[in-house]
Amino acid sequence: MTTKPELMKRMVKGPDGLEFEVDPLRDYYCEAPPTVMPGAYIQIVEDFFNWARSKSLWILGFGTGCGAIEMRPLMTPRFDAYRFGVAWRPTPRQANLFIISGYLSTKTLKRAIRAYEQMQNPKYVIGLGSCTINGGMYWDSYNTIKKLDEYLPVDLYIAGCMPRPEALLAGFEEMKKIIRTGKAEGANQYAENFAWYKANQKRVIHDWDMPDYNW
Amino acid sequence: MDFDWMKIPYAFLTVFIVVNYGFLMGALIQKIGARAGRRHGIPIWQYYLDVIKNYGLRTSITHGVMFYLGPVFRLSGGVGLLLFMPVIYGSYMFSNFSFAGDLILALYFVFFGTLGMALGAGESGHPHAAIGVTRGLQQVSMAELPFAMAVFSVALQYQTLSITEIVAAQQGGMMNWTLFTNPIAVAAAMLAFLGSMMRPPFDVFIAPQEIPIGPPTEYHSSYLALMQTNRAIFPVAKIVIYMNLFFGGAGSWPELFVKVFFLYLFSAFVGVCFPRFRVEQSIRFFLVWAVPLGVLSIMVV
Amino acid sequence: MRELYARLKALYPLGELTEQRKNLAFVTVPAAHLRDTLLHLRDKEGFTHLVLLTAVDWLEEGQFQLTYLLNNRALACDLGLRVLIQRDTATMESIHDLWPTAATYQRELREMFGIDFPGSPRIEEEFILEGWNSIPPYRRDFDTLKYAQEAYAERPGRVTHDPETHMRLQMYPGQHPAGK
Repeated sequence: MTTKPELMKRMVKGPDGLEFEVDPLRDYYCEAPPTVMPGAYIQIVEDFFNWARSKSLWILGFGTGCGAIEMRPLMTPRFDAYRFGVAWRPTPRQANLFIISGYLSTKTLKRAIRAYEQMQNPKYVIGLGSCTINGGMYWDSYNTIKKLDEYLPVDLYIAGCMPRPEALLAGFEEMKKIIRTGKAEGANQYAENFAWYKANQKRVIHDWDMPDYNW
Repeated sequence: MDFDWMKIPYAFLTVFIVVNYGFLMGALIQKIGARAGRRHGIPIWQYYLDVIKNYGLRTSITHGVMFYLGPVFRLSGGVGLLLFMPVIYGSYMFSNFSFAGDLILALYFVFFGTLGMALGAGESGHPHAAIGVTRGLQQVSMAELPFAMAVFSVALQYQTLSITEIVAAQQGGMMNWTLFTNPIAVAAAMLAFLGSMMRPPFDVFIAPQEIPIGPPTEYHSSYLALMQTNRAIFPVAKIVIYMNLFFGGAGSWPELFVKVFFLYLFSAFVGVCFPRFRVEQSIRFFLVWAVPLGVLSIMVV
Repeated sequence: MRELYARLKALYPLGELTEQRKNLAFVTVPAAHLRDTLLHLRDKEGFTHLVLLTAVDWLEEGQFQLTYLLNNRALACDLGLRVLIQRDTATMESIHDLWPTAATYQRELREMFGIDFPGSPRIEEEFILEGWNSIPPYRRDFDTLKYAQEAYAERPGRVTHDPETHMRLQMYPGQHPAGK
């Protein structure tokens, strides 16, 4: 593992003249691995929360590939996904749904993992397009992953190259059903099989220069 | 001093009504904005669901003590504003904890939430939050100036610092409203109103595309839900001040709902018609148009 | 184009002119004369814009072909200079001082083809690929399919159809696959 210069341990002089050591990987990130977070103790409360979660899907506005172009029409008057309680949030902290829109190069995968880990439990992933399922037209590419669920826990795939916005709307409805039945526990899956996911991720990302878990 | 304990549950009732009204009206205004763009917009109960979901998230992380306190300050700004103000004129139940000098306190509370936000956002350590909050503070301070002047003008006009007395002086027909007795002060205050409502054209500090949603970038789960609750309370509380000072107050809840809705609609209307100002443009706007109006209104009185 | 070629030919040892269109032509230049030719074209002939710098891998000949495509805004015509360099050494003189944009192209070529341009700014930094651990991927002896199969997990069950035959079978099921 090679570390980038800005991530190396170094001495920093503060504004008050004191020198102190900064280890960015330790000080700027929290390395504690994710834990399985159980739902509410009473089933009916959990069901109630799941119902609210399904009605209020906040998507992370991160277009990882060409499929992101199919998300834009959803905001326009023609499709207007806001009707269904779907909204876009520009920061991973507030988003619940991560749409991997199309192919993921290993370089983007690294960013996608960071973004995913910064989202709060419960969080959901939709794989959009054939590329996320089996590589699609990038099946022999030297730099593109072919099977998304090796690296992130995927709740739902929407097939097509590209799927139309209507297919995406249908996908949202399907996603809502999954959430309402309480089966969308991707974040807990990720926490349970953390070592396996990390091993897979590190197999394709050769210059791993971040902590194992970026909260 | 004898304290009337019965006022506490009544105050809670006020907050409860205002929260629900704020959620529904926020969504309604959002829908009106969407219709202007020929969309259907969000369902009217969407804000309830968002808040429930955000309270229901299982994890949250912290960046330090101030990060906790940010949303708390913000919420207390909104609730405090509401509690120290006569919401319904002449009603024992809903005049809350208003007292002789409550106008000064209200001026302070309008600003309080923003300051809390600045502290919390600064603690979160995200550069976008810092940029957003700097821009926001600049703009809100600038918008506050004409508002403060208009308030002084009104206070001079009625020779009192008590909101109840100001409302009382405006009773007895529309022509007694400050809107007609002191139109210059109202004009200055309404420009300031636009600047502090977090809607276009004065919302560059929460611009979603350039600096992902500005100050609350790092806020999530319950923190965010707390701020959303405040977002329902605070505009209503602020509009209630405006209504009390300039538009004759409200004698009953329906009257309040209608007046608040139209005042809110005013800012939404301006919002869908005009594009965003950059911070320096909006500051210039307030300095050139609103502040002279405020000065003039004081001089006229 | 012809007159330009005649003027250039008098100054530098050029190869044959290939005219693609009326306003697009290619000509081969020896590596040693590239810099002078580019300078002459830029300063005297008005080819002020470097459109692109790219490479072709002639694996069988053991050569890389670099193509410098220049554009003359006033005449709206393009001229491509081809330079052939040895594949095993794969080093070329940098032209980042003529066009600063060339530095970016040269970084890309170094990463994708492994062609070195000594002295070019930030040439050592990785350009697109992060942590690449094999031979440069655009070289033709790099087996993309094999690499992809080894490096990335596959989902079993993928079938490949010849589009023509497949669509014929889908749309006209009764017919012979060949269509006759």
